[in-house]
Amino acid sequence: MSYPEQYRYTREHEWIEVQNDCGKVGITDHAQHTLGDIVFVEVPKIGTHVEKGRVFGSVESVKAVSDLYSPVSGEVSAVNEELSGSPEHVNANAHGAWIMQLKLSNPAEVETLLTAADYEKFVAEETGH
Amino acid sequence: MPHHGTVKSKALARALRGNGVPATQTALRKTALHAIHRSLGAKMVHFGGWEMPVEYGGISAEHMAVRTGVGLFDVSHMGDIQLRGPQSLDAVQQFSMNDASRLQVGQAQYSAMLTPEGTFVDDILVHKLSDNDYLIVVNAGTREKDHAWIRQQAQPFKGHVSDYSDFYTQLAIQGPNAVDVLQKLTDLPLGEIKNYWFRWGKVCGLYNVMVARTGYTGEDGFELYIPSDEATGARVWHELLAAGEEFGILPCGLGARNTLRLEAAMPLYGHEISETINVWEAGMGRYAKLDKGVEFTGAAALRRLRDEGGPARRLVGLEMVDRGIARDGYKLFNVAGEPVGEVTSGSPAPFLRKNIALAYLPIEYTDPAQSNEVWVEIRGAMVKAQTTPMPFYKRPKPAQGQTQ
Repeated sequence: MSYPEQYRYTREHEWIEVQNDCGKVGITDHAQHTLGDIVFVEVPKIGTHVEKGRVFGSVESVKAVSDLYSPVSGEVSAVNEELSGSPEHVNANAHGAWIMQLKLSNPAEVETLLTAADYEKFVAEETGH
Repeated sequence: MPHHGTVKSKALARALRGNGVPATQTALRKTALHAIHRSLGAKMVHFGGWEMPVEYGGISAEHMAVRTGVGLFDVSHMGDIQLRGPQSLDAVQQFSMNDASRLQVGQAQYSAMLTPEGTFVDDILVHKLSDNDYLIVVNAGTREKDHAWIRQQAQPFKGHVSDYSDFYTQLAIQGPNAVDVLQKLTDLPLGEIKNYWFRWGKVCGLYNVMVARTGYTGEDGFELYIPSDEATGARVWHELLAAGEEFGILPCGLGARNTLRLEAAMPLYGHEISETINVWEAGMGRYAKLDKGVEFTGAAALRRLRDEGGPARRLVGLEMVDRGIARDGYKLFNVAGEPVGEVTSGSPAPFLRKNIALAYLPIEYTDPAQSNEVWVEIRGAMVKAQTTPMPFYKRPKPAQGQTQ
């Protein structure tokens, strides 16, 4: 699986696609693969302010529940309602299944995130292959 | 918004690194099939001191294969302790709460070993191999403790206690088509083996393989005990998978094993049963044979607990009413917001397509004739659940040659 070049990534395995100070956030293909069958995605309320590095929601697989950390700070402008009925979309297409959309409050934060190449290297180191 | 650091929630990063047990903490045991699990791309987890496959291609698919077709599990982590000698039955009767004197050769019996307080040392499966020879199958995580306990309990009796766990690769083939798959590879008339009975026969060309109609999935199936060398394990594993291809067989990991046993409301040691939970609380009184003529360890406590008016709390089944998944350790509250208990096992149930849980609740919430509402604290929010009869899942009708 290749990681889209135009996205940026976190060491907590989230991705963000930024366009004009708006960012869509999801979890990486590596994350969905490792979690297994995803059965529930908990999304924040629209209008909530989230901060970089803080919990904004969770994903649950059959086996476990995991917190999601926001890659950047901002206000939640939309959430992906489709995932409430079809959380398995995250497994099928992790890099397309965005979870929330943010209006960035500090766009400079994006530069602190990993590039696709950095993230791929990070995953390789973490998994040992 | 969920608040930070709630029970059991983990950062994705930490969840992905495994269960948080440092690799250096203990040397993990590996089964003879470890290399095969790796080559099949299984995700591995630490369980009971073992590195075991948790899933190969998805827990839900593996779960469904067992409910509707057939699945194959490596359960070599289970412990196998053998008692041999002229007084081996007396020894078994001492540490096992069920009545082993009712067993015939070739028959197995679900039971438990109790502390003198009537709580659980472990739940066990007693197999009568011959008149003076019993095989006790115990849980992986309690194997050393159980071995020591059995030794101590058997001490007054003539005979030997041996831990043969490392001599067996144990495979479980489970599901409505398990019988069809295994029949291709053995000359044993499998249809004649009843539920909780076993025989020895030729399987995959190996002589004297113990084939038991047992399992931990709530489905029909067999457990095979074969020699523990890698080559033999690999050969039997591959032959079973090949024979099962026409039925869509899947290799299944501990993830599906857990969701399957949970749907069938079978207890898991360390969750529903433990040294702090007694037989009455766990609802396992039907396996405690207080009138079997042997004052087994824990019997006096069970009588006393019963005469004192029975348990104050009991194991119940829960079904989520509102959206949310109750997980192990989550707290339960009543309508007034008072804490009333805790979830012991909770998960989505892939076949039932519900979110279910097992939990201990005060006796007033456990009347099976009615459903009681309780609230599960899920990451800071109160989510409604209701009590529901157990098991959650019961297989439609027994397969041929089976008795209930």
